[in-house]
Amino acid sequence: MAPRKATKRTAKKAAARKPARKSAPKAAVRAAGAASAARYVVPRAEFERIVERILKFSRAEETEVAVDATTDALTRFANNTIHQNVAEQGISVSVRAVVDGRTARASTNKTDDESLARVARAAEDLARLQPPSKNLLPMLGRQKYEPVRRFYPATGAATPQDRARAVKRVVDLAAGREQIAAGIFSTGVSQTSLATSSGLFACHEQTRAEFSVTFLDGDSSGWAKANFGDISLIDPDALAESASRKARESRQPTEIPAGRYTVILEPPAVLDLVGFLFYDFAATAVDDKRSCFTGRIGKKIFGENITIWDDVYNPLQAGPPFDGEGVPRQKVLLVDRGVPKNLVYARGTAKRLKAKPTGHGLSLPNEWGEAPLNLVFAGGKTSTEEMIASTEKGILVTRFWYIREVDPYQKILTGMTRDGTFLVENGKVTGAVKNFRFNQSMIEMLASVEALGPAVRAAGEESFEMVVPAMKVRNFHFSEVTKF
Amino acid sequence: MMEDWANLALDTAVARGATYADVRVIDLRQRELSTKNGQVGTLVESESLGLGVRVVANGAWGFASTDRLTKQGIEKCAAEAVAIARASALAKLHDVVLAPEQTYVDTWQSPFVRDPFRIPVDRQIGLLLEADAEMRKVAGVTIAETGMVFRRLEQWFASTSGSRIHQLKMQSGAGIVASSFAEDELQKRSYPNSFGGQHALRGYELVEELDLVGNARRVAEEAVALHTAPQCPEGVRTILLDSSQMGLQIHESIGHPIELDRVLGMEANFAGTSFLTLEKLNKLRYASDHVTVVADARLEHGPGLGTFGYDDEGVPAQSTDIIRDGRFKGYLTNRETAASVGEKRSNGTMRAESWNRLPIIRMTNISLLPGSWKLDDLIADTDDGIYMETNRSWSIDDRRYHFQFGTEIGWEIKGGKKTRMLKNPSYSGITTEFWNSCDAICSRDYWTLWGTPNCGKGQPMQTMGTGHGASPARFRNVRVGIAFSR
Ligand SMILES: [Zn+2]
Repeated sequence: MAPRKATKRTAKKAAARKPARKSAPKAAVRAAGAASAARYVVPRAEFERIVERILKFSRAEETEVAVDATTDALTRFANNTIHQNVAEQGISVSVRAVVDGRTARASTNKTDDESLARVARAAEDLARLQPPSKNLLPMLGRQKYEPVRRFYPATGAATPQDRARAVKRVVDLAAGREQIAAGIFSTGVSQTSLATSSGLFACHEQTRAEFSVTFLDGDSSGWAKANFGDISLIDPDALAESASRKARESRQPTEIPAGRYTVILEPPAVLDLVGFLFYDFAATAVDDKRSCFTGRIGKKIFGENITIWDDVYNPLQAGPPFDGEGVPRQKVLLVDRGVPKNLVYARGTAKRLKAKPTGHGLSLPNEWGEAPLNLVFAGGKTSTEEMIASTEKGILVTRFWYIREVDPYQKILTGMTRDGTFLVENGKVTGAVKNFRFNQSMIEMLASVEALGPAVRAAGEESFEMVVPAMKVRNFHFSEVTKF
Repeated sequence: MMEDWANLALDTAVARGATYADVRVIDLRQRELSTKNGQVGTLVESESLGLGVRVVANGAWGFASTDRLTKQGIEKCAAEAVAIARASALAKLHDVVLAPEQTYVDTWQSPFVRDPFRIPVDRQIGLLLEADAEMRKVAGVTIAETGMVFRRLEQWFASTSGSRIHQLKMQSGAGIVASSFAEDELQKRSYPNSFGGQHALRGYELVEELDLVGNARRVAEEAVALHTAPQCPEGVRTILLDSSQMGLQIHESIGHPIELDRVLGMEANFAGTSFLTLEKLNKLRYASDHVTVVADARLEHGPGLGTFGYDDEGVPAQSTDIIRDGRFKGYLTNRETAASVGEKRSNGTMRAESWNRLPIIRMTNISLLPGSWKLDDLIADTDDGIYMETNRSWSIDDRRYHFQFGTEIGWEIKGGKKTRMLKNPSYSGITTEFWNSCDAICSRDYWTLWGTPNCGKGQPMQTMGTGHGASPARFRNVRVGIAFSR
């Protein structure tokens, strides 16, 4: 697979560079097993030491230090056996210097004095070598943050044996049914801190557990995935059971013609589509006229049943309560009953556009401004079973795959169905169908939602985790069919 | 010192019971610059030094990595890799067996003329701002963006088989993009390619040869002109693809399906599997007679993002036939999987993103060998067609049958002449049907070894650069326009 669309990828990368990061795709860490689980990978005192050394070495007018430490482990299986099994541990010290109205960043993973002095100097030298920047604001001083609980000791303490034992149960289940299982079980800890020479000091630590499983059954497949901070919320056996059932039920798919269908999208399918909207809510994107909300703010473009917040404080969300500059994150109502209402703002963007910062800035310097990383959709009360029962003819979609943007303003996305696509007739699932390619405008789709399920924390592959419901959508555009 | 660290890790792994181990110490340096609408955007330098140990113990795999490069840190990391391998053995079906490989003690470096890290940053920013300003001189341009990225990767490989391999790779990339929003449409043009432009294992000379400033005006004018161009029609047509779009077409519909780990189901949960099942080897007519594709990691193929001296399990760079005169001839293999296709030896495609990632099967340079056509002659030979340039969207199913691509711009060909501009071009098809419809490929004069800097694969995800040499080519009876159909 090749990369996602540039804006999203770059915004995510900018987000990941600093504490603004939410999930931990590059989270690093050591296996808690050998680690016999020191609760924190790097003690708080070490963070403070690094910050203090950088601030001492820096000769810049203002200095910002971000320290990220991660330990991560991932047990991977395929063909009913563990074929890859990895652990990592890493730290990143990133320094932003301001010299004479100019700013730049340098980072290292070496924490000895000589390296810390060198990285501080590198940031200053880089900053000097550029024209002054227009919208640079003084660094923030001390801030107050609403606490969020995102660290679960049991997740951090998971061992390679714990993961292998769960995987063993799953592959035994597969073998017993003459199916083939593939997937991952991963656990990790990430810690982040941000400090400035003006007295800001922000800290956050969180754990992450993820289980994803695919069952293959001859010509068919089924899939399930979960991602939580708390490992006790992950039930590998139940996920495997669900993937196994979908694989079995999607055997011998029939080909039905492409066209416009009513679809019932399970939460991961919804997530991987609506996730493509996240950067469109950035004030910078609208100001640059690259957002699909350009000229559409305040207009009712979606259905009455579509309401979207960005809310890092939602208990199903993850990530720190501060942004890349240390601004406290606010809960923002982005779409109110079908009307795009508010955008998110970094400090610099807010100043330029005469608005208030919302705590969604990416680490500086960057060209993207800000992004909401904790989308939460309002859900409904219709269960997936009720959606099926009320459908005369439609398609039930487990998930989508390889979604890319075809047109940025109509927000047309293309992609494939994958791992369990079913025909619904007269209120019942009547069989499996071959996978479709879709080309579908998100503006049109969110104006065509007939029913919503309860919003859940969903995990997919195209977007980071968000809180979204299952949806029943009319006139969804499947344009072609593939061979399986 | 790097060698000492590697030896310490190997010794520790063996002492803990590993029957095989290899170690990569990697020292990575990166510089990223970008501008948007006359302002510097990103300006970042970063470095990362660490070590990864891969072991077999109890017949199963383990891997651990660390950036705590003390005696204690390295010993702990190697011991952890062995502990993880023992955990893997809890769900083992067979012992790991590796195809034999010689031991090598060698050093290799990608050639470059000008070290991009020694070019002052203000000069690099100056060049980008000049191209940025040039694009904004065109009325209607709403976003001008430019960027450069440089990577220096130095690596020490050591294995319990006795190999000791030192490699240094210098990578440069640069590109520009003009976007234009008008009424209800956003159009863009990139140069020399989307995905941040062109990327290669070269020095700053690559950036200088691209002439970003000299191309800025044209790119901007085309982005604006697209608004008034007619929509690409829908139907079954003859298409010509430029060499950069050919590069991505090869990547998605040849490069990924030939990865043997996908074929064997090892990527089933994430990247997917492959239609190219084992019985198709030497049998399948993948493409028309005109098509010959190689996987070539050797320097003589060119300074691509898939060029190296040795892969990340110590196997020397090779050239492998993938498609020869249309016939499917070979997969990308590693030491663990080579035997499953009857090979005695890996063809050298194991690559890791950095010290904290496990090497996995990866594309090297997957290239279409040139044909004999001049581009002007090919256009003159085409009665009714569409010439499509520069990728804009791309998607393919998880077995790599059905794809759809959109490009930034198209040109109508009528009666052997390139005529009017078309907006929103797209085409779709089934991999083998599409490649079998190729009836002409342009010559070496039009061949470029493109760099795709960010191919994602594996769990945890790894981003890797791959190379794709191609020249423009013609395909018959291709479905066009469906991405925008209602
Ligand atoms: Zn790829």
